[in-house]
Amino acid sequence: MEFTLKIRRYNPESGEAPYWDEHTVELEPHRSVLEGILQAKATTDGSIGVRCSCRAAICGSCGVRINGQPGLACHTHLDSALAGSRDGVITVEPMGNMPVIRDLIVDMDAVHWKKIQRVTPWLINKEPIPEREYIVPRESMIDVTQTAACIQCGACVSDCLSMEVDPLFVGPAALAKAYRFVGDPRDAKHEQRLKDLTHDEHGIYACTHCFKCIEACPKGVAPMSQIMRLRRIAGEDHGINDRNNGHRHEQAFVSLVRDNGLLWEAELLPRSYGGDSWFGKFAPPAGLELVASLPAITTALLRRKVTITGALKPHKLPSADLASVKKIYDIVEGRDQRDELNLYITGTDADNAEHPVAATEGTPAP
Amino acid sequence: MKVAYWPGCVSRGFTPELHGSMAQVAPLLDIELVELDRANCCGAGVIAEHSQELADTLNARTFALAQQVPGADLMMNICSTCQGAQSECQERLDANAEYRGRVNETLKASGSPEYSEGVINKNFLWVLVEDIGLDHLKSLVKRPLTDLKVGPFYGCYIVRPTDRLGIDAENPRDTYLAQVIEALGGTVIDYAGSHKCCGFPIITMSKEASLKQAGTHLGDAVDAEADCLVTPCPLCHLNLDLQQPLAERAVGRELNMPVLHLPQLVGLALGLTPKEIGLQRHVVKATSVIDWSEAVVAGVGSGGDASGW
Repeated sequence: MEFTLKIRRYNPESGEAPYWDEHTVELEPHRSVLEGILQAKATTDGSIGVRCSCRAAICGSCGVRINGQPGLACHTHLDSALAGSRDGVITVEPMGNMPVIRDLIVDMDAVHWKKIQRVTPWLINKEPIPEREYIVPRESMIDVTQTAACIQCGACVSDCLSMEVDPLFVGPAALAKAYRFVGDPRDAKHEQRLKDLTHDEHGIYACTHCFKCIEACPKGVAPMSQIMRLRRIAGEDHGINDRNNGHRHEQAFVSLVRDNGLLWEAELLPRSYGGDSWFGKFAPPAGLELVASLPAITTALLRRKVTITGALKPHKLPSADLASVKKIYDIVEGRDQRDELNLYITGTDADNAEHPVAATEGTPAP
Repeated sequence: MKVAYWPGCVSRGFTPELHGSMAQVAPLLDIELVELDRANCCGAGVIAEHSQELADTLNARTFALAQQVPGADLMMNICSTCQGAQSECQERLDANAEYRGRVNETLKASGSPEYSEGVINKNFLWVLVEDIGLDHLKSLVKRPLTDLKVGPFYGCYIVRPTDRLGIDAENPRDTYLAQVIEALGGTVIDYAGSHKCCGFPIITMSKEASLKQAGTHLGDAVDAEADCLVTPCPLCHLNLDLQQPLAERAVGRELNMPVLHLPQLVGLALGLTPKEIGLQRHVVKATSVIDWSEAVVAGVGSGGDASGW
């Protein structure tokens, strides 16, 4: 079957602008986009720059964007790429958020690996070092297998929407790597790691929660979910208040819903800056933020989008329902251990129908 | 059709025009809304960040209340963020009977109804395409959006992750906004930001980055000559409309891009007036849209650039 690949070409050293060229390749539909690129390179244009090695979705070398979506060229079938294409032409471009070295090859050192280095990507031993191996509970290692599955292909970095506007953001791959060690009971520096990533304004609270990295990852690492776990452990278990108001925002949100059953936005904003109590709005950071937001607030009031009484009075559930909500909070918040279901580890009932495994693994709270 | 209707918190708070316009549009589409006025906040991903089990239990309560509405075909929401946060919880609840059992024990102890797996929870956008149908929608149009150039803005929570949200070749839900705009007679504007993040989740945490996101997407829509944007997400609306004056400063350019809620756009085409759908409540005056609708009413909008852009 014939497939048309439209490849983005660019050689920064040439001084010329990037351009697209098209190649028709002849391959079976279940063959990969990488094989298509390599056939074009072998038969029509040997100058196409592409990086690859294992061709089996293990080495992480061939990360590209196919029809605008990041992924591994060796792990994307030509027929599925065709199905996702516009006008029957499969587009292949270099990954985003990283400078292009040539054609489909991006500079992973300049961005991805620098960020990985940023999170101290190795185990810092607990002292004293045992004479023989560390003995750790099985569940805690299962817990970190999801992040350990990362093959460093950079697909998540390519499409990170926080990094797009904030190049200093530590980013999804590196933060998933950070969880690899924060979740590991053998590591001695959990709290320091978390403090480091919360005191950095471009750390765990700079993630915009857009799910791009979850969608991009060819290995199911779900970096954004790992970032949320880092926030949970930093804020709840270690009580760390970050520089981005992230933990305060979360606490204010959680307690406003407990008190009202519904969200009260007008109270959430000042508490996110000033602290989670009725007095939060009078704290200096809340006042400064109020002044900075005056252009938006004034217009909203003038247009009757927001009314003064609406802002001062929450909408609330009927009392019987509010009591139910509070009871749910009491039960769940009163547990000794978090009941955190991770489908990556447990699988679904449908998956397990033939090979049953223990249904859930609780994440032990330290 | 009859739906268990979950309006969410923000449509009753900072975007009252969304709740209002949905109430106006529903009878025109023959949708009976049974409001879930006992249901609680979905947590918007923030409660899940604090405790996954708490978010799952609170949303299981909402699903259970929806399942109790007699004769309802499904549960319908009007907020992308509610859709995404609730779908995430539903994925866990439906996948594992043992976990669902534990959550139901908590619900029982709290005096709430219990949840049985498989609630159908759809955003108004999905209901429009999958349940009402684009052909039927077209037949209801009284004032086609001829010459109105509309940029879709989906919001992250309703387009990713695709498997969780049931987006596939059969149900390309990440193209529905464009399909609806076309069915209403409008022109779809293709621009870079349509499926990106509005920045709202980090507006209190990383304000500059958040406003840059909003400003960049709005700017891309301006460059693509859109008259307005339309979104199924009230939180996106807050960052794109309410915060637009600040987003303009963050990206250093004038934007002046009106942003409509999805029911407002549908309402316009179905013959409602700008006032009935609450366009006067937006921070960015929807001048282009109002001028367009007046031009159409006056019968001079068929040729030329009626939008004023």
